[in-house]
Parts: sequence; C-alpha cells; structure tokens
Amino acid sequence: MVNVDKLQFGLETFGDIVAKEDGELLTAGQSIRQIVKEGELADKLGIDVIGVGEHHRPDYSVSSPEVVLGAIASVTKQIKLATAVTVLSSDNPVRVYERFATLEGLSQGRAQVMLGRGSFTESFPLFGYDLIDYDDLFNEKLEMYSQLIKEKPITWDGKFTQSLKDQDVYPKTDYDGLETYIGIGGSPESIIRAARYGYKVILAIIGGQADRFVPYLDLYKKAAAQYNMPVYPVAVHSHGFIADDEDEAVEVAWKNIKANFDRIGLTRGWAPMSREQFDGETQSGSFYVGNPEHVAQRIARTINLLDLGRFDLVYGAGNQTAAQRERMIELYGTKVIPRVKEILSGEAVA
Amino acid sequence: MSEIKTVGIIGAGKVGIVLAQLALAAGYHVRISGSGSVQKIALTISTLAPGATPATNQGVVSKSDLIILAIPLSRYKNIPAKLLKGKLVIDAMNYWWETDGIREEVLDPSSTSSEQVQQYFNKSTIVKTFNHMGYHNLQEEAKAAGEANRKALFVTGDNHEAVDQVAQFVNTMGFDTVRHYRLADGIMTEPGSELFGASLTQPDLQNVIDHFDETEFGQKIKAEKGA
Ligand SMILES: NC(=O)c1ccc[n+]([C@@H]2O[C@H](COP(=O)([O-])OP(=O)(O)OC[C@H]3O[C@@H](n4cnc5c(N)ncnc54)[C@H](OP(=O)(O)O)[C@@H]3O)[C@@H](O)[C@H]2O)c1
Repeated sequence: MVNVDKLQFGLETFGDIVAKEDGELLTAGQSIRQIVKEGELADKLGIDVIGVGEHHRPDYSVSSPEVVLGAIASVTKQIKLATAVTVLSSDNPVRVYERFATLEGLSQGRAQVMLGRGSFTESFPLFGYDLIDYDDLFNEKLEMYSQLIKEKPITWDGKFTQSLKDQDVYPKTDYDGLETYIGIGGSPESIIRAARYGYKVILAIIGGQADRFVPYLDLYKKAAAQYNMPVYPVAVHSHGFIADDEDEAVEVAWKNIKANFDRIGLTRGWAPMSREQFDGETQSGSFYVGNPEHVAQRIARTINLLDLGRFDLVYGAGNQTAAQRERMIELYGTKVIPRVKEILSGEAVA
Repeated sequence: MSEIKTVGIIGAGKVGIVLAQLALAAGYHVRISGSGSVQKIALTISTLAPGATPATNQGVVSKSDLIILAIPLSRYKNIPAKLLKGKLVIDAMNYWWETDGIREEVLDPSSTSSEQVQQYFNKSTIVKTFNHMGYHNLQEEAKAAGEANRKALFVTGDNHEAVDQVAQFVNTMGFDTVRHYRLADGIMTEPGSELFGASLTQPDLQNVIDHFDETEFGQKIKAEKGA
C-alpha cells in the first residue's frame, strides 16, 4: 500500500531553451534564469524536489546544474535540490563530492545527488574519456564516490581516477551526509548495483508502459536482501505536460516532445516519432500529458502499480514558453498533486 | 535444418532478456549468458525471465538449436568464432556509437555490420533480425498471429532456408515478417534508416523496404556506394 503522507513529488528539467510567445528562442542565460524562477515557484507550491539535468549540447542551457541549484537554494526554503542526473562517468568524484557538499551547506541540507550513466554521450570526449570504457568508468567512479561520502580520509588506487593517499575532502557536511539516488534506465545490472551500494533508486521511464518495470522492483528487493542492504521506496521520472485544456496540452506536448525526441534521434539514428507512438505514450505509456485530472489519474496509477515513494515529472521538453512552463508547474502543484493523493487515499484507483 | 526447441541467447541485457521472455512465452527452452559468471546473472534471470537457464556462452551454444547474439556489436569478437561453428545464428546487433565507440574502430566502413559478423563467424549461418525495434516495443508489441495491428520485423540473410526458418521462429515470437535473402540488406534497418526504432505493421514495413532507395538514408547509402 502506498503511504500517501510520505509520497514525494518532484519536477525535473533538462534545461531546454525557453521560447518567446512568437517562437523565437531565448538565450541560454535567459533560460537558466527562468529555471531559478521556476524553482522558486515550485517551492512556494510545496513541491518536494526540483531536479536539474546536466547536458553539454546547444539545445540545453545547463551544463553545471549545481550552480543553478545554488541559485535556487538562495531563494527557496523547503524544496530539495537534485541533479537529474550527474553524469558520474565523465566527472571527477572528488569534484562531485565537493560541489554537492557546498550545495548542502548553502541549502541547509537540501542537496540530493542523482548519479547516472546518462543517456547522452557528449560529455565523454569533452572531458577526455572513451565511450568504450562506459561501464568501467561508472563502476570505478561509483566506488570512489561511495568512499568519499563517508567524509573520512581516503586512500584510493585509481585506474580512470586519481590515486589518493590518506587524503581528506572538504567541506564536511552538517547534516546526515549526502543523500544519493542512482538513476536507472532499463538495465537489470544497474538496479542490482544500486541495491548493492544501498542507494535509493530512481527509474527513468522515458518510453513504453510502466508495467514492464514491475519485475524490476522485485529484482531490486531481492538484490537488496542478497546484499543485506535497505530497500527504499522507489522513485520514477517521466516526461509530461499539463494545461487547463486537454486538447491544448496534447498539442503543445506533441509539438515539443516530438521536436525534442526527433532532434536527439537524428544524432542517434532513430526514426522520427510518429503520432501513433506519441498517442500510445500519452494514453498508456510514459508521457503524462493532458488536463490536471487526466494526468493525476495516470500518475496515481503508476504510483500504485509500482508502489512508488516518489514521482518526478520532467517538464519543459522542446521549446515551450515561460507562460506554458509556469502554468504547468502551478497546475502540477495546486491540482495534480492534491488530486493524486486524493485518488490514492480513496479505494478505487482507475 | 533441425527443429528449434531450445533457443540460446548470448547477452543478458535489455534485449536479451526481452527475447528470453518472448521465447519462454512461445514455449521454447531458453538458455542465456552474460559476459561474466553464471552467478552474476542468476538473480536477474530467475526474476525477470523465470524458466530460462542461465549458463556460460559455451553452455548456451552447445545445447541450443538457434543462437541469438544480443551483445554490443563492439564485443562480438570476444566470442571465439569456432564456438558458433555449424550453428544457425540470429544477429540482433547494431552499431550504436554510445556503447560501441567510434565506428571505424569497430567496423570496416566498406560493408555492413552483419556481413562482418558473418565474415567472422564464417562457419555459421547468420540471419539478421530483432535489431530494428526498441526492446520495450519488442516486449509490448509481441502478439499472436492474426491479432489486429500486429507488428513486423525485417528478416534477412544469404541462406534462403535459414531466412525462412528464422522468419517462422520470429512469427512464433509474436511478429509478422518481411523477408529478404541478402544479408547486406541489413543496412535497410541500421541506425539512421527510417526503420530504426520504428514499429510498423507488415504492409507498412514492406512498403518502406520496397522503397528503400527513395528514402533519404537509402539515397545516402547509394551515393556512398557510387563514390
Ligand atoms: N536496446 C535496444 O532497444 C536494442 C534493440 C534491438 C537491438 N539492440 C542491439 O542488441 C545488442 C544488445 O543491446 P542491449 O541494449 O541489450 O545492451 P545491454 O543492455 O548493454 O546488454 C548487453 C549484454 O551483453 C552482454 N555481453 C557483453 N559481452 C558479452 C560476451 N562476450 N558474452 C556474453 N555476453 C556478453 C553483457 O553482459 P555484461 O553486462 O556481463 O557485460 C550484457 O548482458 C546491441 O548490439 C544493440 O545494438 C538493442
């Protein structure tokens, strides 16, 4: 049974470039300031988490999410500040620790590290790594990170990382240490790895039905038991768009999510998204699109199905206007979240 | 060729596991391996594809009537060619720069990936299929023959009999097929083609395949060949 009082709701943005009403694009700097404003709005609405992604591409404004989160920290009180995700494989674990420990201090304990292998690859050549080492890089850096967050002097023998001899890292944190999630795509090995380290798990469901993840939860629990590690309520992140009017929501999302996916697909060789695919995703798949009631019903179903502790809606895909983004956040905070809780407290879940 | 009773899957990742699930549902015995020890995939297999037998590559190959390669393309040479000698092998692999690195380091640019896989496993019969649909589409779109809106997979290889047998197998796994008898035509579904990542019904798939030369990707391939 889902514990409604403990349920958390988040918003995540990848830092897509914001559009003006006439369709012209804002600059990266303007788009970044828009995110800070949205973080403030989300905090006022009582949304639990704001997550900001890391990308190194022209179609996204944020490559240094912790800096943006630091700005959000200074204008908010409650909201948790997460990365979505930190591409650990091409980062330096000591730097990752330092940046988050700083954010933790700035925000009085609201920093949240979400580590992932990332689904983009630009950061590898950019920081001098070879993609062929994809798995090994992540494994080694995750191990190093997990030692660093103990906040004790560390001795480390690295292959892709620097070796350290009894060295300490700063600043120390004041609270219970850094809260860490691992972002998981669809690889069973990743979920076992997260369980082995005892980190929290956030599933990136960006295509297809949430139902296919049901056995993964079973795998997570069994793996945690095998390694004698705690089982945390699982989080999910998926794309969505909410507007007052159902048709408007669908049309804005179709235009923007398609543009976003097709642009990424172009560099990877995927065929463009068809309307049939999109409709499948919004009706029973991983896009939460529609008016508040529709979106609330679908989120409630997913939370119930996967027995989630947290649901994060990824917003802003494509080039939406500031008004569309802000209205979406308002509707999420004032209508969707209360309605999801209401549905889940009642007996019948559609 | 012998009847297919046991399906051997090399690669216990996203695609390998979905194919194991489909094969189990179709009533086959399934054996599956990862790159590490049997122990390493045991929990995953017993949870996600209960009924399949986790094994070593050797253990998969020796007891199976059909082998599916579901590993990153850049790793196929880690499998000794003689291990697959005399076997019917489905190549479900694509060049995918995100995991495989720079194409020129993995593949000879003058031919297609499946031709190179065939060249390497030169005593095996390679048929390419299952490669062009995303793994969760493979899972969600599998349907019994005759069901409405059933999706189709492209099946191609140089050996006529092998293509027909694999097509029949694909049909039992939940998909219609479009067949070609030319392994090099695997290019028609590689990343960058109109079919990569698309889930289409048989007539739609047939239509795109028939007009491949007119697609942007087809034009590009033609130009490269001409050059
Ligand atoms: N993802 C898709 O939607 C999709 C769809 C169609 C086709 N494909 C193709 O299918 C192949 C697999 O993709 P995937 O997404 O399933 O990748 P994946 O999730 O990374 O899985 C790859 C699997 O191959 C295993 N492996 C690597 N080297 C091996 C070896 N020498 N012997 C045995 N197993 C080995 C890996 O084991 P370890 O983890 O132990 O190394 C892992 O279980 C790729 O060629 C891909 O292009 C993918």
